[in-house]
Amino acid sequence: MNKGFREILVISGKGGTGKTTLASSFALLPPEKVVVDADVDAPDLHIILKPQVLEAQRFMGGRVAGIDPDKCDGCGLCRELCRYDAITPHYRVDPLACDGCALCYFACPREAITLKEKEAGMWFLSRSRGGPMTHARLYPGEENSGKLVTVIRNRAKELAQEEGLELILIDGPPGIGCPVISAMTGVDQVLVVTEPTPSGHHDLERVVELAWGFQARVQVCINQWDINPQRTEEIERWCGDRGVEVIGRIPFSPEVPRLQAQSKAPVEEEGPGAETIIEIWKNLLEVE
Amino acid sequence: MTITVASGKGGAGKTSVAVSLALAAGQAVYVDCDVEEPNGALLLHPHLEWEEEATLPLPLVDEEKCDYCKTCSQACQFHAIMVLPHKVVVFDRLCHGCGTCSYVCPQKAISETTRSIGLIQGGRREDIVYLAGRLNIGEPMAPPLIRQVKARIPREAPLVVIDAPAGVACPFVETLRGSDFCLVVAESTPFGFHDYLLVEELLLDLDLPFGVVENKAGLGDDRLRRHLFEREISLLFTLPYNGDWARAYSLGVPLVEVEPSLSEGFLELLATLETAHERRGS
Repeated sequence: MNKGFREILVISGKGGTGKTTLASSFALLPPEKVVVDADVDAPDLHIILKPQVLEAQRFMGGRVAGIDPDKCDGCGLCRELCRYDAITPHYRVDPLACDGCALCYFACPREAITLKEKEAGMWFLSRSRGGPMTHARLYPGEENSGKLVTVIRNRAKELAQEEGLELILIDGPPGIGCPVISAMTGVDQVLVVTEPTPSGHHDLERVVELAWGFQARVQVCINQWDINPQRTEEIERWCGDRGVEVIGRIPFSPEVPRLQAQSKAPVEEEGPGAETIIEIWKNLLEVE
Repeated sequence: MTITVASGKGGAGKTSVAVSLALAAGQAVYVDCDVEEPNGALLLHPHLEWEEEATLPLPLVDEEKCDYCKTCSQACQFHAIMVLPHKVVVFDRLCHGCGTCSYVCPQKAISETTRSIGLIQGGRREDIVYLAGRLNIGEPMAPPLIRQVKARIPREAPLVVIDAPAGVACPFVETLRGSDFCLVVAESTPFGFHDYLLVEELLLDLDLPFGVVENKAGLGDDRLRRHLFEREISLLFTLPYNGDWARAYSLGVPLVEVEPSLSEGFLELLATLETAHERRGS
């Protein structure tokens, strides 16, 4: 690694498998690192890591069209051309439907359409219980979450270089779409957190396939494995057959929500859960 | 009536509730709009009847006509088309298929072809019509596929249950467009409650009627209930955390099958929503 730091992404495909619970635990374990909450659309890591914001920035997302009613003569060309049904019969732009593609802007014979930059969220640089942290909040309903993920990852990389930290830990978003692709681009390692359910397994397959496209090292751990030991074994076999390392099983624990309510990660209380997670973290840090 | 089942946080039980609602109703269209990770079929077990490729338009540059003037690359808002001195490069996965480049090209050198973004699948289970989208792996853009899946919903359907993607960003908004009601499945845990608030904020903003299903009650605390009570938001249904249900889910068995008595609750819920919907409509 010539970039001077290693980036580890925790991801899951399916939401609610314990990604953030695990990432918050890793954040609190040594070594020192920069932490990124890349789930910009529904971030939760701050609930455990309690960041103190040092720097807050506006995130300008895409653009959105607007029609000047004084100039518009209702010719209908924009409505006809728009592929997003974003222009109402009364020639107003539905900002949630508008993709900001600018076709109407170029087409309008009366030059009645303007494009405005839209503030789509905020991002933050903070000191947290897990060390320096970058995180963000995309405003509800906004686009360009991928771009926002890239912004906070870039800031984290600068921070790692400035502070001489060799590790960046990224808590990823669910799914396989644009923010996930932005979170995965160029990382060194991907840990997929799954659960022994049909959807957990199905989503694992899709996210692993995505990760293969990025040449990152892919590892898997199975959370709440004891809910269905048989399916846990099936998942492990699926991984084994494809050369994907399974680096741990975490048992179901009803304690997790209680700890969460106290803003604690599972590693902050002694027990079998904490030990397993520490073991997984050690495995993750081992160099190939 | 079109009901979108949402959750903010993944894993809150969206799909379980949506599938159970459709099964309890008996006659419904179930639409899986969680196109990045469509899981509805794993619980509903529909019989697949057809499959179609979903595509987006993609510019095709005729380099015989192109004079490399760069009007297209300057107009493209997504940096999806790049003009080199003697070559034009289109970046498929950045392209939104909006048609701007072909419209602005002074030489009329750009026509359109298509590229695949995913699959639309249809099927049924008895009287439940199944529709779903599956985004291609590596494809960043879910909203256009969601739009195409929704376009296949039969217009005369009396009940449509839409399973939404997690989060509150553009794929969720695309899913919500045209819905009559949003049923938010929430957990009363710190993460679950936090993400619920994000959904609530968006729904209030959109002025869309909504109500809440509390899931896995007992695992968390009472913060969700207190909040709903204070804000006078309807808590429509409560599902306790139940280890047997969790195990059944891990075997692909939907809630109303492991616990048939829940059907009644889901039916009552539907009746409440329908009455309220009619009242709003009149």
